[in-house]
Amino acid sequence: MLDTFFNIEIMKAAWPILLAGLGNTLLLSATVVPLGLLGGLILALLARLRSPWVRWPLMAWVDFFRAFPPLVLLIFLYAGLPFIGLELGGFGCVAIAFFLNTGAYYGEILRAGIDSVPSGQSEAARSTGLSATQTMAWVILPQAVRNVLPDLMSNTLEVVKLTALGSVVAMPELLFQARQAQSLTYNPTPIVVAALIYFALLWPLVRLLSRLENRALRTG
Amino acid sequence: MAAPIIEARAIHKHFGALHVLKGVDLQVAERELVFVIGPSGSGKSTLLRCLNRLETPASGSVVVDGIDLLARATDINRARQRIGMVFQSFNLYPHMTALGNVTLALRKVAGKTAAEAEALGLAALDRVGLRDRAGHTPGQLSGGQAQRVAIARAIALEPRVMLFDEPTSALDPELVGSVLAVMRELRQDGMTMVVVSHEMGFARAAADRVVFMDDGQIVEQGAPAAIFEAPQEARTRAFIGQIQRH
Ligand SMILES: Nc1ncnc2c1ncn2[C@@H]1O[C@H](COP(=O)(O)OP(=O)(O)O)[C@@H](O)[C@H]1O
Ligand SMILES: [Mg+2]
Repeated sequence: MLDTFFNIEIMKAAWPILLAGLGNTLLLSATVVPLGLLGGLILALLARLRSPWVRWPLMAWVDFFRAFPPLVLLIFLYAGLPFIGLELGGFGCVAIAFFLNTGAYYGEILRAGIDSVPSGQSEAARSTGLSATQTMAWVILPQAVRNVLPDLMSNTLEVVKLTALGSVVAMPELLFQARQAQSLTYNPTPIVVAALIYFALLWPLVRLLSRLENRALRTG
Repeated sequence: MAAPIIEARAIHKHFGALHVLKGVDLQVAERELVFVIGPSGSGKSTLLRCLNRLETPASGSVVVDGIDLLARATDINRARQRIGMVFQSFNLYPHMTALGNVTLALRKVAGKTAAEAEALGLAALDRVGLRDRAGHTPGQLSGGQAQRVAIARAIALEPRVMLFDEPTSALDPELVGSVLAVMRELRQDGMTMVVVSHEMGFARAAADRVVFMDDGQIVEQGAPAAIFEAPQEARTRAFIGQIQRH
């Protein structure tokens, strides 16, 4: 049993491979989280425009990418884009897929955050001569983000977990590396270790999140 | 009367089917303090908000300190620096300190350096008696203090006129005095002020003119004594009678 799932020799052998995978997972997360946030911010800001020419396409866009399974989207980009002459590679496809998929989620969260800031805030800011953009940047967004911080963090957790999808387009992230090591050693130990690494990576975030959520419950 | 510093003419404003301002004219002279009273929903706030274009009238003209607020070419953000506004619910930025609230527009709009803004911000807080609260966040201030910080935020930009929309209505009675005291000082310093409020005592003591609005129109205006003691219009009499009973 221990030899199968916790084989020390295999752990030693697989460790450098897994570590490289962890590095890539972190790099990938550090790329797709800001990209998703950027996409979300763009969507949330567009959502403030009242024009039906923006409103309807925007809603369709958000609905589409929230309903589209990210795995399918990723494979579609990876397998489909070369047919129109676009070879983006695994990393590029992952980046675009996350920008589209998680951007839609971050966008909905940020929109709710912006809506939660009372209109008096922007009126006060505008009355002192701040432009609409300055008001958004200095008055509305900081409060909006604070109001939806637990949701933003929880989505970020999901995004980090979803980086494992990169393995299907041969991105050498943690899961991909673990499976490589597993197939080289004919032993599931690398997968177990990868699971533990994911846990060690995400558990502090989960703790922080539940503390934030408890605080939000207490302060209403 | 010298050329008015606020000159609103024939203002009409609609919210959907609701005709909220029905041809309002309001001229305010430099250094004048004008009180606007009237029943809830009569359009007082909307009129005030037309004076810094937080609301855009459907027709009419609004000229403040020589700037035509409704002209296309007008840089409204520049114009608004000259028009301070104070709101019933304070609307302080909760994520900033009192000083941060006061310095934001100084830095971002008036183009002051951080050091200049801080000096001007502290001076403004000093004028409202709250220099020692500079580092407090709005949540740590009483309502009266919060409203005085909001006044400091407006006067820090050295506006030519100040608009007050029920500045004491959200305050506990014992805190009203501190805000009125600051307003009285502004008045003594020669600030032009338009005040929507039902603080009759303050109006009697400080106002040059009282304007009574009802149903989107100015029904009657005159010196405080004339409006409060000898109103000419039935609607004014009814309203004055009503608020004096409270
Ligand atoms: N943004 C708005 N949208 C729709 N109706 C409004 C809006 N602001 C004010 N109103 C309506 O316009 C009328 C006048 O409002 P307001 O100027 O706030 O009156 P007052 O300040 O005298 O109480 C009211 O009937 C109010 O409900
Ligand atoms: Mg009002």
